[in-house]
Amino acid sequence: MSMLAEGRPTKQDADLNMPEQNAVTTHSGNRALMVDEPLIFETGSSDRSGVDFPEAPDVESRLGGLERAAPIGLPGLSEGETVRHYTRLSRQNYAIDVGLFPLGSCTMKHNPRLNEKMARLKGFADIHPLQPVETVQGALGVINELAVWLIKLTGMHGVAMSPKAGAHGELCGILCIRAALEARGDAREVILVPESAHGTNPATAAFAGYKVEDIPANSDGRVDLEALKARLGPDVAGVMITNPNTCGLFEPDMKAISDAVHEAGGFVYCDGANFNAIVGKVRPGDLGVDAMHINLHKTFSTPHGGGGPGSGPVVLSEALSPYGPLPFTERFADGHLTLVEEETVAERHPDGFGRMTAFHGQMGMFTRALTYILSHGADGLKQVAEDAVLNANYILRSLEDVLDAPFAHSGPCMHEALFSDKGFSNDLSTLDLAKGMIDEGYHPMTMYFPLVVHGAMLVEPTETESKAAIDDFVGAFRSVAERAKAGDELLKSAPHFAPRRRLDETQAARKPILVWTEPEEFAQAAE
Amino acid sequence: MSRYFTDEHEWVDVEGDTATVGITDYAQEQLGDIVFVETPDVGSVLGQGDDAAVVESVKAASDVYAAVSGEVVEVNEMLEDEPGLVNSSAEEDGWFFRVTLSDKSELDDLMDEKAYKAFVDDL
Amino acid sequence: MRYLPLTPDDRQSMLAKVGAQSIDDLFVDVPEEARLTGPIDGLPMHAGEMAVEAHMKALAKKNHAAGDMPFFLGAGAYRHHVPASVDHIIQRGEFLTAYTPYQPEIAQGTLQTLFEFQTQVARLFGVDVANASMYDGSTACWEAIVMARRITKRGNAILSSGLHPHYVSVAKTMARFTKDAIAYTAPQLDAATDGQSLLDQIDDETSCVVVQYPDILGRIDDMSALAKKAQDHKALLIAVVTEPVALGAIQSPGEMGADIVVGEGQALGVGLQFGGPYVGLFGCKKKYVRQMPGRLCGETVDAEGKRGFVLTLSTREQHIRREKATSNICTNSGLCALAFTAHMTLLGEKGLRELALLNHKKAVQAADRLAQIDGAKLINKSFFNEFTLILDKDARQVVRQLAEQRILAGVSLGRLYPEEDSLAHGLVVAVTETANDDEIEALATALEGALS
Repeated sequence: MSMLAEGRPTKQDADLNMPEQNAVTTHSGNRALMVDEPLIFETGSSDRSGVDFPEAPDVESRLGGLERAAPIGLPGLSEGETVRHYTRLSRQNYAIDVGLFPLGSCTMKHNPRLNEKMARLKGFADIHPLQPVETVQGALGVINELAVWLIKLTGMHGVAMSPKAGAHGELCGILCIRAALEARGDAREVILVPESAHGTNPATAAFAGYKVEDIPANSDGRVDLEALKARLGPDVAGVMITNPNTCGLFEPDMKAISDAVHEAGGFVYCDGANFNAIVGKVRPGDLGVDAMHINLHKTFSTPHGGGGPGSGPVVLSEALSPYGPLPFTERFADGHLTLVEEETVAERHPDGFGRMTAFHGQMGMFTRALTYILSHGADGLKQVAEDAVLNANYILRSLEDVLDAPFAHSGPCMHEALFSDKGFSNDLSTLDLAKGMIDEGYHPMTMYFPLVVHGAMLVEPTETESKAAIDDFVGAFRSVAERAKAGDELLKSAPHFAPRRRLDETQAARKPILVWTEPEEFAQAAE
Repeated sequence: MSRYFTDEHEWVDVEGDTATVGITDYAQEQLGDIVFVETPDVGSVLGQGDDAAVVESVKAASDVYAAVSGEVVEVNEMLEDEPGLVNSSAEEDGWFFRVTLSDKSELDDLMDEKAYKAFVDDL
Repeated sequence: MRYLPLTPDDRQSMLAKVGAQSIDDLFVDVPEEARLTGPIDGLPMHAGEMAVEAHMKALAKKNHAAGDMPFFLGAGAYRHHVPASVDHIIQRGEFLTAYTPYQPEIAQGTLQTLFEFQTQVARLFGVDVANASMYDGSTACWEAIVMARRITKRGNAILSSGLHPHYVSVAKTMARFTKDAIAYTAPQLDAATDGQSLLDQIDDETSCVVVQYPDILGRIDDMSALAKKAQDHKALLIAVVTEPVALGAIQSPGEMGADIVVGEGQALGVGLQFGGPYVGLFGCKKKYVRQMPGRLCGETVDAEGKRGFVLTLSTREQHIRREKATSNICTNSGLCALAFTAHMTLLGEKGLRELALLNHKKAVQAADRLAQIDGAKLINKSFFNEFTLILDKDARQVVRQLAEQRILAGVSLGRLYPEEDSLAHGLVVAVTETANDDEIEALATALEGALS
């Protein structure tokens, strides 16, 4: 069997030492601001509503005999109850607004509120994707202006704006490569992916119909250039490389890698998830990259929203630009903008591979990202990369004496610092340290990623944290790391102070409960 | 009945022409709590080394390869409701599937219990 | 720079701590010839809030906002009134600036709302389970087709001619690379859907039949017979709902036997936003849950036995399964799912039914008014809040002409199907609760003018 034994421990320890947190109990079970909130299905009712409507006109229905008969089972709440429900729930969440969020490879930076305000202007928020183009010139202007920025910042030739998120952008880039190869009648079958790649990379290549082969890393955590060169050949469509890579290191051989791949007739896809480290400092186009997605929700500060929406425009080299997806904007000399879509595709973009999504991409994210970019300007974006890298190196050097930092010897890191669980005692793991950080008031770092390092901890502070905030974080991290090394038993049952203790993921996966169902006694009582 | 092991941490019990396949106790220990097992379709024909089953823990999904080739004649339906059997009884009640052996010589390349134990001790 | 807290002194002392002379020492791995020495040429420098706001407002002003004029566009994106509290809720920083809930102990807010969302979607669609959202309706539709291939191990998908043409394009784009076979023809301007033809096409090689409900022309058709025939041939019936409000008035696809139901959730809580971000809805029968793409939230207990929620069945996902993942999808549409679920909670069963009824009856009134116009003919016998007119002129021209009069009349089929001459006179008109009687009359009058 293929045994993926790396990763976090999943055994539920039966005899954990679970110390009583607080001898004082309350009638409700709540603890002041820490309040449990029932599900809407337990408090709402089908005849209550938080919205008022006028009476419908008195005309005959024309629903083709398919009128809904059975109840749907949707509870309603009044407006006040609704606001309270979600406000209470929100308080059980950690967020950037609450504190430093050092999740490596996720770039959790401050989300400026001007972005939110601009996205809500009615001229952006209240326009339909199929309005005549004459009525949406400003919206096309936003897409076009952002596209120009992305092209200039990356030194590339074109950009596909419609991909909905990073992984969707990866797919876009790989499909461009595939379309370009097909156009020259070249049926290559293999995509090479480094061991340390984001899991989305191999998933994307496989989804696009490619065979995926790993390329190894060298002892410095970088792509092994010689191993890569040895594998190149007429069956290799391309490579997918993350740069800066998932160990938080810049690939110094990137240009040599690109040259070798091009020489062998393939294309270079760069995962741009870590672009924040180099924006304004390095242009991927100068390193021979053919396609790279940009996570607007990472580098360009659009909110993560508890898991999306993202936005993943893909910048393309001259060789790949003719194959990008529909639709896209075009600016005429007089400043007038148009959309290239089905109507004009034959004449304007005959080799394009088609549509990846219904409309024009994540417009709401474009307005936010453009607002962010204009706020920073070319000088500010350069400063972003510099401060992000400085903050990460400061953390690396502030913790390397207490935590194993596997690549610290090989020089500076980029925007994130990588540590391992080496030296922890009493069977304590990275997971335990992470949960200990929760009690200290922090969201934990990325854990067990990249897989190439045992018990990996990937820390990305971003540029929007102050030195004081980082010093506080380092203090807490050092303390928990020292407890892990000393074998502090209490870490095994951490977190102690969060809204919930450790949750039983095994039970959740063995007997999945994915929707609420009425408890039986409820149902019987209703009869 | 004789029991064989593979370096992919599977065990194979052979009785006549029928082989029963599962994963070893060492493997279940490494994987952690098993939450789901996908067994092959009865009647499907497996070549040695083919993907035969998938075993999922909370953190990982791992492929189980066919240690020997043959036609699948029975699968362990208990695992559908009780995947935890793989943890509690990996080498007995937690078996995955049975095949009719198509090439007994394949068994010659497998390890016996002693050799497997030595193999694991070396990991 | 208002977003960057490090002062020059901070930077100096931090550089000293890391043992670097200057910031460039930290970029040593970048080959020197690739290092930029100053800000990139030809791009503006940083700007204050006032300047940025002025720039963005100038762009926004060039657009005709739907709320400023009579507005009747639908075809996959619908304008509904979003209660004020929905935007307040999604702007709570604890929701807005949270990440995917990988540390469930400090993400119960996001997780519980996802669990409520999944339950609402499953109930609305009439299926057993739903996931925590997809990018949008069109990508959800494609993921459903791929899921059907995984389940049936067949690669022939039959798409109804009533499926949104952009959804068809997405499927065709992807199928070109995955080698799935897609059977599809453009719709005809007729009261009857292509249900009978779909029935005839299903055979033992079919992986799935994909039907939109209501369809691109607004028609509503019973899909029970399709479900039955698909089942007989061990194929799956996939229903696509682009206007979820309709399900407050008509039977759910699940009730009619659909195996997978996907949809676009934009109509509830999200707003038009020029096409994105939207929120893909995805539900299916329980027996297919382990083949479902996307994230799932499940109920469990914590170490003290308290109920809590976690992301579950994540071994299907790309970050663990790598090249064997069910999908490469990573980020979903969390905040839009929150907007959807908050709007749905405000409505409740009572509100959703009232909203649906109001939409339908207004649309019936408008359809009857517009059908009186010389040169306009209503094709639909049945519809929800959207119907199709055949004009005696090219509808694209009429739409442009009315836009100049500040009336956004609908979506011309010529825009959606430029290659189909037979559809050039079709105009799809959506009438929601946001259209008032004066606006409907303004549309009718302007159409009369344009068609005379």
